[in-house]
Amino acid sequence: MIPAAFEYDRPTTVAEAVDILARNPGTAKVLAGGQSLLGLMRLRLARPERLVDIGGLAELRGIRALPDGGLAIGALVTYREVLDSALATSRVPLLAMAIADIGDVQVRNRGTVAGSIAHADPASDMPAVVLALEASLVVRSGSGERVVNATSFFEGAFVTDLAEDELLTEIRIPAQPTGVGMAYRHLEQPASGYSIVGAAAVVGRTGGSITTARIGVTGVADAAYRASAVEAALIGTDGGAAAIAAAAAHAAEGVAVGSDIHADAIYRAEMARVHVRRAIEAALGAAG
Amino acid sequence: MTEQVRLTVNGVPRDVEVEPRRLLVQTLREDLGLTGTHVGCDTSQCGACTVHLDGRAVKSCTVLAIQADGHVVTTIEGMAPDGGLHAIQAAFWAKHGLQCGFCTPGMIMSAADLLESNPDPTDDEIRHAIEGNICRCTGYHNIVAAIREAASTLRAGTDVPAAANA
Amino acid sequence: MTTDVLGSPVKRVEDPRFITGKGRYLDDIQMTGMTYMAILRSPYANANIRSIDTSAAKAMPGVILVLTGADVPYNPLPMAWPAGGSSGVQNNINMPRALATDDVKWTGEGVAAVIAETPEQAADAVEVVHVDWEPLPAVVDTEGATQPGAPQLHENAPNNVVFVWTVGDKAGTDAAVDAAEVVVRQRIVNQRLIPNPMEVRGDIGLYNPGTDEYTVWMSSQTPHIQRLLLTAFVTGIPEHKVRCISPDVGGAFGTKIFCYADMALVMLASKLIGGRPVKWVETRRENYQSTTHGRDHVTYLEIAGKRDGEVTGLRVKTYANLGGRLSTIGPGVPTTLYARVLAGCYKIPNVYCEVTGVYTNTTFVDAYRGAGRPEATYVIERAMDLFAAEIGMDRAAVRRKNFIAPDAFPYDNPSGLGTAVNGEKIYIDSGNYEPALNKALMTVGYDDLDKAKAEARTRGKHLGLGLSTYIEVCGVAPSKWIGAVGEGWGAAMWESANLKVHLTGKVILTMGTQPQGQGHETTYSQIIASELGLAMDDIIVQHSDTLGTPFGYGSYGSRTSSVGSTAAIKAAGKVREKARRYAAHMLEASVDDIEVVGAEYRVKGSPEKKKTLQEIAFALDLGFSLPEGMEPYLDETAYHDTPNCTWPFGTHIAVVEVDEDTGKVDLVRYVAVDDVGNKINPMIVDGQLHGGIAQGVGQALWEEAIYGDDGQLLSGSMLDYALPRASWMPNLELDETVTPSPVNPIGVKGVGEAGTIASTAAVANAVIDALKPFGVRHLDMPFTAPKVWRAMQSQEVRS
Ligand SMILES: Cc1cc2nc3c(=O)[nH]c(=O)nc-3n(C[C@H](O)[C@H](O)[C@H](O)COP(=O)(O)OP(=O)(O)OC[C@H]3O[C@@H](n4cnc5c(N)ncnc54)[C@H](O)[C@@H]3O)c2cc1C
Ligand code: FES
Ligand code: FES
Repeated sequence: MIPAAFEYDRPTTVAEAVDILARNPGTAKVLAGGQSLLGLMRLRLARPERLVDIGGLAELRGIRALPDGGLAIGALVTYREVLDSALATSRVPLLAMAIADIGDVQVRNRGTVAGSIAHADPASDMPAVVLALEASLVVRSGSGERVVNATSFFEGAFVTDLAEDELLTEIRIPAQPTGVGMAYRHLEQPASGYSIVGAAAVVGRTGGSITTARIGVTGVADAAYRASAVEAALIGTDGGAAAIAAAAAHAAEGVAVGSDIHADAIYRAEMARVHVRRAIEAALGAAG
Repeated sequence: MTEQVRLTVNGVPRDVEVEPRRLLVQTLREDLGLTGTHVGCDTSQCGACTVHLDGRAVKSCTVLAIQADGHVVTTIEGMAPDGGLHAIQAAFWAKHGLQCGFCTPGMIMSAADLLESNPDPTDDEIRHAIEGNICRCTGYHNIVAAIREAASTLRAGTDVPAAANA
Repeated sequence: MTTDVLGSPVKRVEDPRFITGKGRYLDDIQMTGMTYMAILRSPYANANIRSIDTSAAKAMPGVILVLTGADVPYNPLPMAWPAGGSSGVQNNINMPRALATDDVKWTGEGVAAVIAETPEQAADAVEVVHVDWEPLPAVVDTEGATQPGAPQLHENAPNNVVFVWTVGDKAGTDAAVDAAEVVVRQRIVNQRLIPNPMEVRGDIGLYNPGTDEYTVWMSSQTPHIQRLLLTAFVTGIPEHKVRCISPDVGGAFGTKIFCYADMALVMLASKLIGGRPVKWVETRRENYQSTTHGRDHVTYLEIAGKRDGEVTGLRVKTYANLGGRLSTIGPGVPTTLYARVLAGCYKIPNVYCEVTGVYTNTTFVDAYRGAGRPEATYVIERAMDLFAAEIGMDRAAVRRKNFIAPDAFPYDNPSGLGTAVNGEKIYIDSGNYEPALNKALMTVGYDDLDKAKAEARTRGKHLGLGLSTYIEVCGVAPSKWIGAVGEGWGAAMWESANLKVHLTGKVILTMGTQPQGQGHETTYSQIIASELGLAMDDIIVQHSDTLGTPFGYGSYGSRTSSVGSTAAIKAAGKVREKARRYAAHMLEASVDDIEVVGAEYRVKGSPEKKKTLQEIAFALDLGFSLPEGMEPYLDETAYHDTPNCTWPFGTHIAVVEVDEDTGKVDLVRYVAVDDVGNKINPMIVDGQLHGGIAQGVGQALWEEAIYGDDGQLLSGSMLDYALPRASWMPNLELDETVTPSPVNPIGVKGVGEAGTIASTAAVANAVIDALKPFGVRHLDMPFTAPKVWRAMQSQEVRS
């Protein structure tokens, strides 16, 4: 219940924060909403020597409209703030669809979208969402800023492209093609509420055939992934029930499907197919 | 090793000296004697520790006291007007929304967050809103009834009589 | 208000403190000089301890004391209820010690304790206690542990068998099964559960070096019994030198009945550090590893009968997992509390059950809400459905056909509620099962079931409906029966009450029972208000402290409302009688001429000549003028030994929907018609049912303690052990029939466990009904989505 002792810093600028990270390689951890990190620390499964509390960094707050019709979400934006933002929910409805079911009110009030992405829990929902939205992630360190596409960010269970001295500062969601529909479907692990399988779909038709199909899948493998075989199979079809089912059958292709006490690999793979199918159906239903 | 932290708790500024690792729930309970906020788990699941931080329900076991420095905390002890009961408290009492009472403070704080943003929730919305609060005694039936009743009391703007009796 | 307060849904008197955050649970108690204890727990399920090095821990900041098993001069914890009681059944007993000395038998058994100035320091120091372990192979499988070649846990328990206990008529049952037209056999598993009261356990020990006395605060259902067990069996400290107090208890569900190592440790530690208070509060993970678990049976059932639906025999063989060592009454639960009610509400002429208690490298198992009776109900209610399916008869009709008839009471059930010893028997004294069944069927719309199933199919769901017609034994238990059979605590099971009317007319009722959320302060106040004609505000109910409350056996087994209330009523009767005699003295009338109307004691025929109870108390407590032979003060104690248990019953019906693609089960409706006799407070009764139902639903759908083969608890936290959440439960539809119990003056039966006892089987039967199109005859709980999905893959949909 009680974390091991640590040193605590509360920088007031991003520059100061990344400087502290650079000076404490391997021993400092970023603390945002704490919804994942403090849990690990209380069980002493994580024992960082130093926490860099970014909660005071005004630069990282807020949701901005991007000129191209996209959206920028600061690293300190909580789930609740996304749900309460008319801008976010209207421009990118997929966000709210996924977030409404993440954790519970208390977790959504504290937990940040960026924290979830940086943490990269293989059962978390946001990775599938940012994959399907083709978001890019803005990362800062002492040596400057770089922008990473979500598709190359998630490397494994709790492993990302983020280096130890880097701070995720912003999530940029580009404008989505006109006429696409979006949906999120998932199956919860009843105890934790995390996803056994989660599927995010951004799908659109032009002139009777599917022209956009971006499917993010989480919970199935040790990292969230784009179900590219599904996308390929769906593009060009009429998006009818048969086509969707045939495409969704590829949902767990090319990944090592995980297994634990809550779901074995056979079931997980099947649930990936079911939820990818349902997400595509719902997305098409919502498409303009 | 310790740091000075200033919290505004139930409207009163409180200065406490804490190790950085001290959880907000420990500070409330042990440093400030506000034992109405409970601890029921070690994995952020149960919600017994729910308080409001800047007006929003949070699990105080998953917030460091030092993270709350400079912020406003409301606990169950700060819910009721002097000598009276908050409408949610009164409704939990009237509807038998509690048995052992251990989950109750957290439930009430979560209900308050809900009714703040959704004054007329459906039963499903109520059940969804208290998903982060586990009650092992009531089967939730009467908790849902209590929150439903509190919502209607609050909508009607009716004052709850001080120390309403049986 | 006072006349009709009994039986009305008055708001609870304990709630104002709970809704305002002013309850006082164990961890809320703060004391000057408090120290904090942390316990080092075994990371292995089976291991020998070669040595323990505490030097680094002793050198940590703030550490006051480090204890290992070698430092504890106490006996092992006591076994209070061996299987078979005093009937001579061989029990191979191994009890835990305050700290393990030579070996550990489950992951989480305590091996060292650190006492420090702060909780942080204790937690830090316990990490650096070094144990040199010799890990051994472990066994966790209940049935497997008894098979040849399994790792052996204890020298005195070959094949890990704790006991083999039987009940019923073997020859008769064998013959009935052999001769039957139909026999249905099924292996069923009643999985292990983690009870999860929302308040974990904890204790505070305080030694007074001046008087050589101890005070122990404990989150317990049984402070009086703990004092007895801790003194007479564990520590050897004289009983009168120890005081046990239970503050507000945040749920218990059985887990807080028992005697635990930590209770003895805080006593010892406080003494060794010169009398500073020592607080220990378990973490939730510790609660999962070192507070008792529930259920965990593997059962082979055989139900025999005729094609016309008559059941003629029930033969059951059960393996009951009791853990690595035994908990206080572990063996009593899967024997007497289980098998003696296996036949449920049915007139089954031949019943035989054999139970094998088993050691495995797991946490000890003991009573969990319902204790044995949910397991029994699950067996018989699954059996009835299996039997009905086999003979192609309607499930409700089979039940109806086999109900014990309303005129057959008192009913002597053949699975041995009675016992040959001294001829002491317990009878099922009353019941009328069919009206409850009919009412529940009507409410749920049983006749339209096929329509509902067809409608669900259009939404991709398979709908199922499940019945559970149950009885339970509450209000335990007549002491003379216990004396004859040595069951239960092996001691009596009466209850106590003391009632004082003080000078100011205020009334204090002190009880030997111990609430954990049931609202005793309210229901007892209602009873006393009704008995003495007083306002509830003038009455206060105290409990939970061995100093100041009469000895009592505590609260569990739904015994408080029947046994405890009767003690309170008797005490009130004594007070009324003495008040009447004194009123006669005050009014210069003869005692026979005093009539009692509410709180007024009047001279018959001259109603203006009267004294109120308050006036009587004032004068009697002063004692200036006492009649010959009368003692001052209005202060009476009563003890009540119940002539029988009570027998609630009812029908629960669950309706579930199974998602055709995912196997996810949703509980969509729940109808319960319960007969718990008269009600002291119907609002509280409903609340008990709601909570009990949710717990039983939890077992059927989500909850399961899972061990790895190496004995690690894989469902070791709330992240992996699923407790029912608000959004998974429907609103519950409750109804009643009322058959008052004849064993107590107010006709109550008890309701603490009914919901749990009935609901698990109802939900299980519903899920299996939903899976009927897939040819599924039986599936073991919990019905998680993957398990149900797999069952649906095994066969094509027939319809
Ligand atoms: C009870 C409960 C239920 C939950 N249920 C779900 C669920 O259903 N689905 C789901 O997806 N998630 C769930 N979560 C997880 C939750 O979404 C995450 O914990 C949360 O969003 C993480 O954000 P945070 O700000 O709290 O991060 P923190 O806990 O503060 O940090 C998490 C990790 O990310 C790092 N980090 C955080 N921010 C940055 C940054 N800007 N730059 C670099 N590194 C950073 C930290 O160093 C740490 O390693 C649940 C959590 C809880 C407690
Ligand atoms: S104590 Fe359980 S969620 Fe905070
Ligand atoms: S009232 Fe006991 S846990 Fe909710």
